[in-house]
Amino acid sequence: MRIIVCLKPVPDPKHWKEMSLHPTLKVLVREGIPNVINPLDRNALEEALRIKERQGGEVIILSMAPLFCLSILREALAMGGDRAILLSDKAFAGSDTLATSYILSEAVRKIGDFDLILCGNQTIDGWTGHVGPQLSQFLGIEGISLVRMIEEFHFEEDAKGRAKAARAIVRRNIEYGYVRIEAELPLLLSVVKEINTPRYATFAGILEAEKKEIQILSASDLKIDPSHVGLTGSPTKMADLFMPEVKRRREIIQEKPEVASRLIIEKIHQRGLI
Amino acid sequence: MKGEVWVYAECIDRAFHEVSLEILSKGREIADKIGGSLSAVLIGRGLPDLAKELVDFGADQVHLLEPPDSNFYLDRQMVEVLAEFVKEHDPDIFLLAATSVGTELAPKLAAKLKTGLSAHCIDLDINEKGHLLQVVPAFEGGVLATIVCPDQRPQMATISPGVMRVRKRESRNGKILRREVPLKGEPRIKVLDTLREEPMDTPLEKAEVVIAGGWGLGGKEYWHMLEELATLLRGAVGATRPPVDEGWAREYQMVGQSGKTVRPKLYMGFGISGMMHHMVGIQDSDFIIAVNSDPGADIFKMCDFGVLGDLKKVLPCLIQEIRKKVKRVEV
Repeated sequence: MRIIVCLKPVPDPKHWKEMSLHPTLKVLVREGIPNVINPLDRNALEEALRIKERQGGEVIILSMAPLFCLSILREALAMGGDRAILLSDKAFAGSDTLATSYILSEAVRKIGDFDLILCGNQTIDGWTGHVGPQLSQFLGIEGISLVRMIEEFHFEEDAKGRAKAARAIVRRNIEYGYVRIEAELPLLLSVVKEINTPRYATFAGILEAEKKEIQILSASDLKIDPSHVGLTGSPTKMADLFMPEVKRRREIIQEKPEVASRLIIEKIHQRGLI
Repeated sequence: MKGEVWVYAECIDRAFHEVSLEILSKGREIADKIGGSLSAVLIGRGLPDLAKELVDFGADQVHLLEPPDSNFYLDRQMVEVLAEFVKEHDPDIFLLAATSVGTELAPKLAAKLKTGLSAHCIDLDINEKGHLLQVVPAFEGGVLATIVCPDQRPQMATISPGVMRVRKRESRNGKILRREVPLKGEPRIKVLDTLREEPMDTPLEKAEVVIAGGWGLGGKEYWHMLEELATLLRGAVGATRPPVDEGWAREYQMVGQSGKTVRPKLYMGFGISGMMHHMVGIQDSDFIIAVNSDPGADIFKMCDFGVLGDLKKVLPCLIQEIRKKVKRVEV
């Protein structure tokens, strides 16, 4: 069985406060801010590793990122991924979710013979949640978002290692609960935080990861036409970037609880809510 | 067609998801701005009454697509059907709600149509070229970006629930166009059942008073006090992520980027530091009160009235004072 985990390096949320908006270029200045694995992608990887531990097979880490993100992939390998593929090319820079999903889909086709793709439901920086569903669409397979649990997973292989009877039952979040969905493999699942608690890389894992293969693929390796990706190949463009404006009274007091309570009640009363 | 705005209307148990009416209202505004028309798309069986409701809330016409099976999932087949339908009519703009359904359907549809899509919009406008300006939060709302899709059509966007206002319902005339949509082949995906965990009538989005708590509450004991305060003020209780993780609060009580958007007359935050991913969910509240013991807490920069102090002392005292007051009113 072959599981592909999509993984995105994102700026470490602990350092977001250090980012600033360039006043004229309208870009985020994020120099010196370290990258980490997108939090939900860790959950996706964890789920892949758990399935592998039960069923056997191979877990491939797939990421589109600049070359300096190699260490992030190494970390995913230390957690237990078998090998990694980094899609890196200047032509990819500025790709929106549609172009990104297209690039990833070409890489998945190149890997071939996959049974399951796992993604984090959304990234913590862009927060679109588009790439999972769009990747499934490009690949012509079913994709399910907001998966909080893989309830059942049946996988049988024939003599050649191809999936014979393969299906999963998953719980997918909806606004007021969840639905249980049965789906055939190959399948793409975008997972949410509740699905598991990701493991940490062990020391042995870190040593082992040094020996694992990271393949780097460019646009030409994937036979991608550069005009279909990057800034030019992305239908959406960023027209502006700005900080949200806060218009609040900002009256701050420091009083004894009794006084503070009375002042709060006064405010509530003024609004006719008491 | 040029100037045609589409809205995807979503219903649960034969009633509209509130956000569907919100985006319909915004769609009306956008259609008027570009001098175009507004169409709603509704998928399901036996829903003509609901279709009429969409007209009353602003649609000029409603495309009612009726699949053979009413218990469908928006799988690849449905995406194909919808994509074909969109291509046939070629609208200029297509808006969907950023609900659990919309956030999966919209990107699939955009990929099928090879067009641009923005996510969780909090504002929409039209620029001088007639392009749709889509304001989206990034970095958990710490930064806002305006997205445009200049060349491909339709310009697609999902809209966050709770940020657009619903217009007044009025009796209007509009066309309701019904169409049977046959599905080809066996589905590869099947909904087995639906489990409801949240009370159907959750008051959070509609509450006039929202009392919210964060990590600073420190434990269940103080969480119960929040609940008591909310009851006294006939409000609802909201939470940031940590209380949900700690098990004091339930998932559906979470407010912010990954939870709900509220816009009450009064919001009170206890032990909430003011991380942007929470603040984006409350920023349209009429009045924000914050109680926190950390003078450096970001929420003090984003509130109307801040109390710097120990909430473990302020909260019980406040409840006691309000109890007296409420009793007096009831007598």
